[in-house]
Amino acid sequence: MKKRGLADRVVKVITWGCASCSLLGLGLITLFLFREAVPLFSRVSFGGFLFGAVWRPTSDPPSFGILPMVAGSALVTFGALLVAVPFGIGVALFIGEVLPQGFRDLLKLSVEILAGIPSVVYGFFGLVVVGPWLQGVLGLPTGQTALLAALLLGVMALPTVASVAEDAVAAVPDSLREASLALGATPWQTMWRVVLPAAKSGAFAGVLLGMGRAIGETMTVLMVSGNSPVWPPSFLSPVRTMTATVALEMAEAPVGGLHYRALFAVGGVLFLFVLLLNLVGELVAHRVRRGA
Amino acid sequence: MVTKTRPVEVNQRIEAEAPAFRVRNLSFFYGREKVLKGITMDIPRHRVTAIMGPSGCGKSTFLRVLNRLYERIPGAKATGEVWLDGENILDPRLDVVALRRKVGMVFQKPNPFPKSIFDNVAYGPRIHGVRGRRKLSFIVERALRQAALWDEVKDKLKRSAFDLSGGQQQRLCIARALAVEPQVLLMDEPTSALDPAATAKIEELVRTLSQGFTVVIVTHNLQQAARVSHHTAFLLSGELVEYAPTEELFTRPKDPRTEDYLTGRFS
Amino acid sequence: MRRRHWEGLGYVLLSLSAGAVLLVLGAVVLFLLVQGAPALSWEFFTSFPRRGMTQGGILPALVGTGYLMAGTVVISVPLGVGAAVWLSEYARGGRWLRAVRVGVNALAGVPSIVFGLFGLAFFVKAMGLGVSLLSGVLTLSLLALPVVIRAAEEALRAVPEEFREGAYALGATPWQAIHTVVLPAALPGILTGAILAVGRAAGETAPIMFTAAAYYTPRLPRSPLDEVMALPYHLYVMATESTFFWKTRHLQYGTALALLVLVLSFYLIAGLLRARARRRKRW
Repeated sequence: MKKRGLADRVVKVITWGCASCSLLGLGLITLFLFREAVPLFSRVSFGGFLFGAVWRPTSDPPSFGILPMVAGSALVTFGALLVAVPFGIGVALFIGEVLPQGFRDLLKLSVEILAGIPSVVYGFFGLVVVGPWLQGVLGLPTGQTALLAALLLGVMALPTVASVAEDAVAAVPDSLREASLALGATPWQTMWRVVLPAAKSGAFAGVLLGMGRAIGETMTVLMVSGNSPVWPPSFLSPVRTMTATVALEMAEAPVGGLHYRALFAVGGVLFLFVLLLNLVGELVAHRVRRGA
Repeated sequence: MVTKTRPVEVNQRIEAEAPAFRVRNLSFFYGREKVLKGITMDIPRHRVTAIMGPSGCGKSTFLRVLNRLYERIPGAKATGEVWLDGENILDPRLDVVALRRKVGMVFQKPNPFPKSIFDNVAYGPRIHGVRGRRKLSFIVERALRQAALWDEVKDKLKRSAFDLSGGQQQRLCIARALAVEPQVLLMDEPTSALDPAATAKIEELVRTLSQGFTVVIVTHNLQQAARVSHHTAFLLSGELVEYAPTEELFTRPKDPRTEDYLTGRFS
Repeated sequence: MRRRHWEGLGYVLLSLSAGAVLLVLGAVVLFLLVQGAPALSWEFFTSFPRRGMTQGGILPALVGTGYLMAGTVVISVPLGVGAAVWLSEYARGGRWLRAVRVGVNALAGVPSIVFGLFGLAFFVKAMGLGVSLLSGVLTLSLLALPVVIRAAEEALRAVPEEFREGAYALGATPWQAIHTVVLPAALPGILTGAILAVGRAAGETAPIMFTAAAYYTPRLPRSPLDEVMALPYHLYVMATESTFFWKTRHLQYGTALALLVLVLSFYLIAGLLRARARRRKRW
């Protein structure tokens, strides 16, 4: 009988350790990103880093301004949301309010598979198919533009928006729908005036999480956005994002050098921003779950 | 506190030589809410004791105190004493595993595990260290016979427990509890999810079981309490209103609230 | 009646958004299938790239990705399931529980390139594992961990409370109740989560770029400390960085198709498993 209690205590401690690993991992990520990045700021001012418009890490003297990359990331993410939000919420409403039960799972599975396609594959598809097509249609000097990156990221962020929003739509109690229908509202009016308002915080959380997905995406952007920091950025010219910069330059940056540290600092900025987005998203989603 | 309990008077009416449980001034709290209010009663050995009352009166909670299953609910707390075999089962140092071997339980909804019929009944003996196919087969057969299920399932012991009908599933759960050889069987509205025919079978079984076991059965069905139990306790808003031999309580209730309940003025 | 027309238009727009999903999915899959299929052959899967990657196959990349996936499963699944058991069965509120939840959610949102940076700074440099299979596996495991935890916890929470009560009432200890009743009932869901996590790990590029992936290796990896080639990285390199990338499109299509089929088959298996479990579920 001593043995019985012992096994239980041991398992409890082990599983506690497993659970704590995720926290430990997050802590180590934070620690090591900043440990590698911080020495940069003894040579470069924080303001100059964040708001400097020139990124020339290998010139002499080097210049580490990430503003063009931040702008590039922002532009591409904004474009992606223009695609992902209307389509994602449309899909969520279509699944939750229009489709009959039997087809729901099929569309949901399709959305999941869309989320499962690896980002290099999207990048490759954009590079060899969509890019050249856009170039021809719009008569551009190159197909590798912010527009192309935004389109692809939009498709990649769509499943995130759709699945979170769909949960929110499913969480709206049927009694609300019935009440509205009983008053003589059409299904469309019910969806538009009752279901959507009730699900709006959940949908908003989905948008935030989708935004996090888009801004952190690396390979697709790296392959299709042209990677030149054109200033000011526009949809029809190439752009360079924070993620692509890190992926592209890390191989050439000598370990421990300023360039190496600057790339970690870019990673740190990205990390903090996405963390903030997720935190706000979780808070909003939490409020939804509590029914506020 | 406006209501007052009358433990002495209530108790005088059940005279058991060696009661299975002696409940003394038991109160129970979910956080701030007081769900049981100073209950004192003796539950006699080898008898069926019914706990009845309207929903929310605390009768299921009372049952979950008797095997300490309430502990899984955060913020739940019991005060007072409940004696079983010379031990206060509310003592935090008590070995709950040993307690639950002595006090089996059957739930409202049949809850067989997603395993075979055999494995369901063998579950308890196995976790308590019984090994060996023949020994387990013997225990399983005996438990299934006690639960009056053997003849119906003896040829399909390997089949999933979910292949059985609702009433059979509930008798399987009874067999599962009996396989541990408990002294006491707690039954929490065991027929509320069953049709009348299955209910009749379970009720018949309950009467038979009282020859070897102490049975405490919670029910909100008056007829059921009248049919199966030797003694009946009436609980209202966490208070033990009246506790007497079943026939007496049903024919000559002492408390006007019991009479109101019996004549259907609550429910 | 006018209103009817507007509403009809609304429904058309909604169906269009759903149609767009199917269209994009179909376009990507079909296109790669048509373009990539001719490149696939027994030789493609069983030979090394040759002549500066302009000929030959993807064997080392396939093997490398296989090792990365296997390693990720071995680490992230036990850790993730353990964490989920604690979250759903043992934890009883409190600050640490809340902290772990926030941590899991935050980890799930960390961009993959940041995992790559961390892997470089921690596993490759600080722990001295170098650019190696092991560094890549550890990095990918951290990335897959929240996926496994979330799926496993959801599966555990879907196990009805009655099962636990039934076990406890028979005198089971928490661990007995968990491993004899709760875990078996949750197994299909946990399996689904594990498969999804592996699928995800197989397709990731950014986390292994600085930690494990090699442009080219002349032989298959022999130890966990060897660099490895990996399918997604191989595709990236062939499509953008190799010297004659426009001459090797057919190989790229083949590689992309192989990667897509590999990853999506995991998603499909997970989907089927879930559907089967739901059909068979009887509680």
